[in-house]
Amino acid sequence: MTDVSNRNQLAYIAAQASDARVNVEFETEGMTLNLGPQHPATHGTLRVIVKLDGERVLRADPMMGYMHRGYEKLAEVRTYPQVTALVNRIDWLGSFANEVPFILAAERLMEVEAPPRAQWIRTILFELSRIANVILFLGDMGVQLGAVTPAFFAFRDREFVLNQIEAVTGGRFHPNFDRIGGLKDDIPKGWIEETTGVLGRIRTFCDEIEDLVTGNEIFQARTRGIGVIPPEVGLAYGLSGANIRASGVDWDLRRDGGVGLAHDQVDWKVWTHPDGDSFSRYWVRLQEVREACGIIEQLLGGIPSGPVMAKVPRIIKVPAGEAYVETENPLGVMGYYVVSKGDLVPFRVKIRSASFSNISITPWVLEGTYVPDVVSILASLYFILGDIDR
Amino acid sequence: MSSPDTNLDEVPEGSEPVADPARDAIVAALADCLGDGLVASEVLAGTDVWVRVMAGSWLAAATVLRDICGMAYFNFLSAIDWMPSPFGRDMDAQVDLVGADDPQVDPEPLAWGITGGSTRFQMIARVHDPVGHIGVTVKADLDTDNPRVDSWIPVYPGADWHEREAWEMFGITIKGHPNLVNLYLPSQFEGNPLRKDYPLLARRVKPWPGIVDVEAMPGDGDEPDDGGGS
Repeated sequence: MTDVSNRNQLAYIAAQASDARVNVEFETEGMTLNLGPQHPATHGTLRVIVKLDGERVLRADPMMGYMHRGYEKLAEVRTYPQVTALVNRIDWLGSFANEVPFILAAERLMEVEAPPRAQWIRTILFELSRIANVILFLGDMGVQLGAVTPAFFAFRDREFVLNQIEAVTGGRFHPNFDRIGGLKDDIPKGWIEETTGVLGRIRTFCDEIEDLVTGNEIFQARTRGIGVIPPEVGLAYGLSGANIRASGVDWDLRRDGGVGLAHDQVDWKVWTHPDGDSFSRYWVRLQEVREACGIIEQLLGGIPSGPVMAKVPRIIKVPAGEAYVETENPLGVMGYYVVSKGDLVPFRVKIRSASFSNISITPWVLEGTYVPDVVSILASLYFILGDIDR
Repeated sequence: MSSPDTNLDEVPEGSEPVADPARDAIVAALADCLGDGLVASEVLAGTDVWVRVMAGSWLAAATVLRDICGMAYFNFLSAIDWMPSPFGRDMDAQVDLVGADDPQVDPEPLAWGITGGSTRFQMIARVHDPVGHIGVTVKADLDTDNPRVDSWIPVYPGADWHEREAWEMFGITIKGHPNLVNLYLPSQFEGNPLRKDYPLLARRVKPWPGIVDVEAMPGDGDEPDDGGGS
């Protein structure tokens, strides 16, 4: 590591010296580079306008809105059960996790609680969504830095997780399975054993990725010390999830949130990393996938018996009130501020999505970096466009 | 749902917490520092806390929350338009009541939520204490005709994009914002889509087909079909 950085430093000093000689005669001129909207590092259509001085970024401005679908407005004309079909499409890689905080907010307003069995299955599906989401990141991070193989591994093994989600919910990507007061249905026969097998595959995948990527010299050189976010800056920008834990902030709503999921029933660990660079964001996510496997395995062993649906009225009218519920979703803190006036439809739903805040730090973190690092930093912050644009 | 997410040492487990010293302390700190700037507050013990401040104390409230109450984490910032929709109580989810150019004759009176309100537009923001695990929702009433409020960027730089969104979606002027341009919408877009009087044109053109949303629930098979409300 020190060798690489020394070499970089020496090369940089030499370049500066020669630049200084040239600049006596030639003035350098800024250049504007459009990254995207169709760039593979953007997971959708994010456009980053990068103003450059040579290779150095003077200013980076992300432009959103290519996928803005207006869910906050649309939610005002949908009944509460219909809203889950909308919010499914926010973070489309971990869809089930999007439904959970909204349903929990509605349940808090209605003062109903899902039966224990429903809470456990909810938590299992929640964590399966996390695995399906984050292992794609683990593969994709390699692609951004020039290694194509991990992505194929990720897509291959994600399919097993999606199959398990599909077996329960009927939908690979958009389950629409969570209900106010419980779940639409129970898990099918034999599902627990199958899922245990899949968890084994995911653990193997994590080891493979660790072999392939984590120890790779190029990967380390391009992520270590790149895009460092100090914890206080990350907090003020509203960074969440693995991004903030990679800056050493020990905060995970699964442990600290106290909402109606079954995470407090099992033993698991919140992983943090002190460095706050691209590598640590990658590393924390890798550990979290392993941890999610452990959580699911423990939960599968002790699902309580009983119904999966509480008694709720057929036509759901949510009493007047306001509730904000947030959960630790695959991308970070996702919350819904639901304002009800006692009608069939919510009066106002504010969707606090994780990627929107996570990516709002990019102008700060990209300033002064170099062009190749822009891709590395954007990839390590990990965002889904649907989660930014809503 | 009622499980306390904070102060496990101070609140006896298993019983409904009645007092919430940590959240009461936040309200007290705001009352100390803002004086009359704090209009109303509500503590839902063990769950959540809301405060409503004067629009003039909006920025000061953020400073107090960050520096004194330890709310280092910026969660979100947005606005609420409390005007009842002129297109019907359920907006237009039930029947196509009126056209966009023919608003209801007798609009419903304004009604506010937790901590009340006095004007049509309310700023709403939430900050969080990542150590004590408490979140605070802050509200402020804005002038109806000319909603203006100070920017939170000096305290929480992450408010930047949220304020741009509030500006384009609700038409709220953010004083001191360095770059108040559209975030999501095209730059030539007219109107503020999240205001209640902005019609959802798709719904005006074609009624929503999913007006009735009744589906069989698990375990409902042995009950009569009209067993709603059981």
